[in-house]
Amino acid sequence: MLDLRLYMLQRLTALIMAPLVIGHIAVMIYAVQGGLTVDEILARTQGSVAWFLFYGSFVVAVSIHGAIGLRVISFEWFGLNGRALQLFSWAVFALLFGLGAKAVYAVTFAGVGL
Amino acid sequence: MANETQTMTQTMTVSIWRENGDDGRFEKYEVPARENQTVLDVVAYVQQHIDPTLSYRFACRVGMCGSCAMMVNGSPRWTCRTHVSKVVANDQLEVAPLRNLPVIKDLATDMDPFFEKWVAAEAVFHPSKTRHDPMAAITPDDPMRIAASEAIECINCAVCYAACDVVESNPDYFGPAALNRSWSLVNDIRDDGQDVRLAAVGSNGGCHNCHSQQGCVQYCPNELNPTLSIAGLKRETTKALFRRSR
Repeated sequence: MLDLRLYMLQRLTALIMAPLVIGHIAVMIYAVQGGLTVDEILARTQGSVAWFLFYGSFVVAVSIHGAIGLRVISFEWFGLNGRALQLFSWAVFALLFGLGAKAVYAVTFAGVGL
Repeated sequence: MANETQTMTQTMTVSIWRENGDDGRFEKYEVPARENQTVLDVVAYVQQHIDPTLSYRFACRVGMCGSCAMMVNGSPRWTCRTHVSKVVANDQLEVAPLRNLPVIKDLATDMDPFFEKWVAAEAVFHPSKTRHDPMAAITPDDPMRIAASEAIECINCAVCYAACDVVESNPDYFGPAALNRSWSLVNDIRDDGQDVRLAAVGSNGGCHNCHSQQGCVQYCPNELNPTLSIAGLKRETTKALFRRSR
């Protein structure tokens, strides 16, 4: 099930996610406490390479981390294995990456006119 | 004396798993409720006095050989060192074959998958010297010797294997005993097979499947800590990965 490669991928992506999650939550709390409006947020994120890298790397890490985690659960709890398990893992990755990439695009580059 | 007679006449009910190529079921037996008896004593009483066809496995009766492990009231135990008075619940005693292993008959399980995984985990010694070489000098306070000593008193009883929920849900997983043995060999400076061992414990059924739930630690009759050994293997395989990529 989990060999060294997948294990390390999951741990390394967790290491990447940890500071990004803290940053994300800090900004969220600041924003909802009356700190920033939607327009103000978008004004800062759109066209910003830094925010693109911040949320872009988060989405990549989440997609890998989540796909490996759900892979283990679906194997241990629901007996999915072999090709079906491979397909499922890649599908979870693709779904998380797709949704995340769409959101990152929306807050960083949509409407900017590349 | 009067007390003893009274104790001898008291009985208790024991449910024992019976299976012989069928689906299996629990059957109830009335046995003497002695003040001082082990679960293995009870099983032996049933076989010797009630039903001689009952199959079970034991050898040393003193907790050294690791043959007599069974599920007792749902928990894996070494039955020769488990007193009935310590585990009986509501005057009920239920004895079943070890979990996570195929049943041969009644209480006797097929230990082949358990030991095949020891080999798959490279929990076997790879000698680096011949008998003509001088003996390796290992001091008792050597950190590797201390780590090996902590893992070494395993009696291969498979109690940890039966206690492990990862083994239950992942048939490929080597299990706590095999990985614990691998860890004691990782700390053996006389061993010449560390690369193949680390590759084996880093493979599909290896140490990275452990969820650190510590069922093995909870039930190991010799109070070993296989979870700690597995954590050691995770650490060493990770280190080896970075050594390789350098």
